[in-house]
Amino acid sequence: MTLYGYRIPSMAALLVWAVIWEIIGRFELVMLFPPFTKVLAALGDVISTPSFAAAARITMFSYLAGLAIAVVFGIALGMLMGLVKPADRLLNMWVNIFLSAPLSALVPVIMILLGMGTPTVIATVFMFAVWIIALDTRAGVQHVSPSLMEMSQSFGASRFKRLNMILLAALPEILAGVRLGVIRGVKGVVIGQLLVSIIGVGALFNLYSQNFLMAHFWALILILFAFALSLAALVGRLETRVEYYAGSRG
Amino acid sequence: MTMAKPLVAETAVRAEDSDAVITVRGLHKVYGNSTVALDNIDLSFMRGHLTSLLGPSGCGKTTLLKIIAGLLKPTSGEVLVNGKPVRGPGPERAFVFQDFALMPWATVLRNAAFGLEVRGAPKAEREDRARHYINEVGLAGFEDKYPHELSGGMRQRVGLARALAVDADVLLMDEPFSAVDEQTRRKFQEDLIRLREVENKTFILVTHSIEEAVYLSDRIVLLSPRPGRVADIMEPDIDRNVDPDLIRREPAYLDLIDDIWRGLRHYVE
Amino acid sequence: MPSMHTGTADPGLSEGPLGGALSRFASMPVVWRILSLAIFFTVWEIAGRSNFNWAFPSFSKTLMAFFEMLGDGSLGAAYLRTIEPLGIGLVIALGVGISAGVMMGLRRDVEWLGLPIFITMQAAPMAALIPLVTYVYGIGLTSKVLAVVMLAMPVITINSYKAVRNVPASAVDMCKSFMGTRRQQVFKIILPAASPMMFAGIRLGVAEGFSGVVLAELLITPTGIGDLITFNRSIAQYPHMYAVITSIVVFAVVAVTLLHRLEMTLFRPEKRGT
Repeated sequence: MTLYGYRIPSMAALLVWAVIWEIIGRFELVMLFPPFTKVLAALGDVISTPSFAAAARITMFSYLAGLAIAVVFGIALGMLMGLVKPADRLLNMWVNIFLSAPLSALVPVIMILLGMGTPTVIATVFMFAVWIIALDTRAGVQHVSPSLMEMSQSFGASRFKRLNMILLAALPEILAGVRLGVIRGVKGVVIGQLLVSIIGVGALFNLYSQNFLMAHFWALILILFAFALSLAALVGRLETRVEYYAGSRG
Repeated sequence: MTMAKPLVAETAVRAEDSDAVITVRGLHKVYGNSTVALDNIDLSFMRGHLTSLLGPSGCGKTTLLKIIAGLLKPTSGEVLVNGKPVRGPGPERAFVFQDFALMPWATVLRNAAFGLEVRGAPKAEREDRARHYINEVGLAGFEDKYPHELSGGMRQRVGLARALAVDADVLLMDEPFSAVDEQTRRKFQEDLIRLREVENKTFILVTHSIEEAVYLSDRIVLLSPRPGRVADIMEPDIDRNVDPDLIRREPAYLDLIDDIWRGLRHYVE
Repeated sequence: MPSMHTGTADPGLSEGPLGGALSRFASMPVVWRILSLAIFFTVWEIAGRSNFNWAFPSFSKTLMAFFEMLGDGSLGAAYLRTIEPLGIGLVIALGVGISAGVMMGLRRDVEWLGLPIFITMQAAPMAALIPLVTYVYGIGLTSKVLAVVMLAMPVITINSYKAVRNVPASAVDMCKSFMGTRRQQVFKIILPAASPMMFAGIRLGVAEGFSGVVLAELLITPTGIGDLITFNRSIAQYPHMYAVITSIVVFAVVAVTLLHRLEMTLFRPEKRGT
């Protein structure tokens, strides 16, 4: 937006919201919001505690582990579905079901199968991220231009070489899927820990609500949000790089 | 371009005295801070004439047409319609879009009547008028079809009927045939010549096809790109009251195409 | 050229081993769907009977538990309770979400102010707010409704916004060129042209709403479906717990599929754009 001829960066609006938040907090208009400055003050408090360090470690570990498995498995599944028709017909329905299903309902099942610890959180991250990666990979593989495949065949490229070409040609779609998977994975890591509730940020949330620490609560949420947004921005940046050559793909 | 040179002077003189529907004065259009799309355009468009704006891509021909339509604002300069400066779209101008701009959820009849619907004409009246012009553009029997059921050429006929139905003096056509296949385009061009005999209207046509411009126009305004300037103006001396196929074989037609191509060639690199 | 022959034998590039009549039979989607379901349930049954985990019941036991709960009315009662926060939450999310999205699409200043918030909401784990909402508004209906709204609204808003922004500029120009007022541009061109994509956003929002209500009933206080899951888990009646979870997943998927069908009949693909 431009105002009086000056361009205002779009994220500057968040500053306006921070001010509104502060006002709401100061005058206690909505119980949900303590003053923003208090939340910022609590931020330092939250970060410096050893329980936060432990929670951050658990969160990072289970997030990265779950996402890594989801990326590998999702791309493999998507390639299988994109290339082998019977597999696609058998599996497509399930991938779509899990994409729109309330996955949080499945976490209790994971909890009794894998216990109340990190494996459950890893499995939750995996469940949240994998389906969209698989589906986008499948779409990417199916959209690889037939003439590119005919070209590689006519030049006698080996099977491995052609698989590699398919992977590269489908890369823009795959990355789009991974970006969505990254965002869904963050939701998974939070929901998993909330439901397990005795480890990581789930335990911290419990601690704060039992001790009526509203500002601390919000500070932790801000950290999680910032984590999610910077991850999304990071993959988004990577994606624009790949789209550079995807654009010339026509 | 020996043949065209004297014409510039001649039309410049004529623009002064004869009755121009649209006059463009000192028009500049700058995009952003530096991209000059149009640079000092002075033109006038005679009543009842068909004028083509011809040029390679990037010469600002569509920009000029949209400024005349009132859809874009010029950076400086003005457009006069019947002597009055343009502030926005007006009832004396109707626009025909390159991508047809039809409403996919509405029938041919409603699409053709849309200009009248927006003006608040009663349903019966506007549908009567729309039916008349659907008939005139050769789409009788398709009133209740939806755009996706029509070919590209037929869709543009709906766009034309919609523009005719509001009874504007000036029809502004933005590359109307460019999204249509070659055979349909030829038929459409022939129909347009016939339509001009029935409807006494002024046409301004943007095109990048030299053949199309020469085939249809009373006057061709040649624009050069970056910045968009009037490079040349020519008036094809072609009799259009003969068999349409004969026009395409006339020496005057073929020579003028050659002339224009020689003038444009160095822009296309 | 031997490599070319191996190429045509590749199952991905040729039609697979099935021949004539059989392949026509196999190309029917219904057949594949039934086959797919049969394989899934068989694997479930075998896994359950193999006793690899004491907490994993077989498919047949789960199915029996399902009919048992259906018979004694406990499942029906649970659904009735769950529907309440879901319905109220979705109505609020739709009303606020669509109007906010459309306003952001139409007005630059609203877009500037609102879009960063909704982008944040869509990318961020909104579920983290559920404990906070519970802490402030207690364990009643309000918190559960808010949970549904928080999860369902961002995607509805963002899709409505994108739908409005994706309306072809030439369609709006067309309305302008016939001197359509801003009001006419919005109601005669922009909203009809944006509705297919908006509806797709609503469908995604409903899916998120299901997630929100289940999460709320598991996290805030067990009621309805969440109560059945938690209760059966606490007394180790695993077939019942699995039956409830499967039923809510099926319920959500059926609801979303029906919305998708409706979308397809309302906005037939060929009517979506020229």
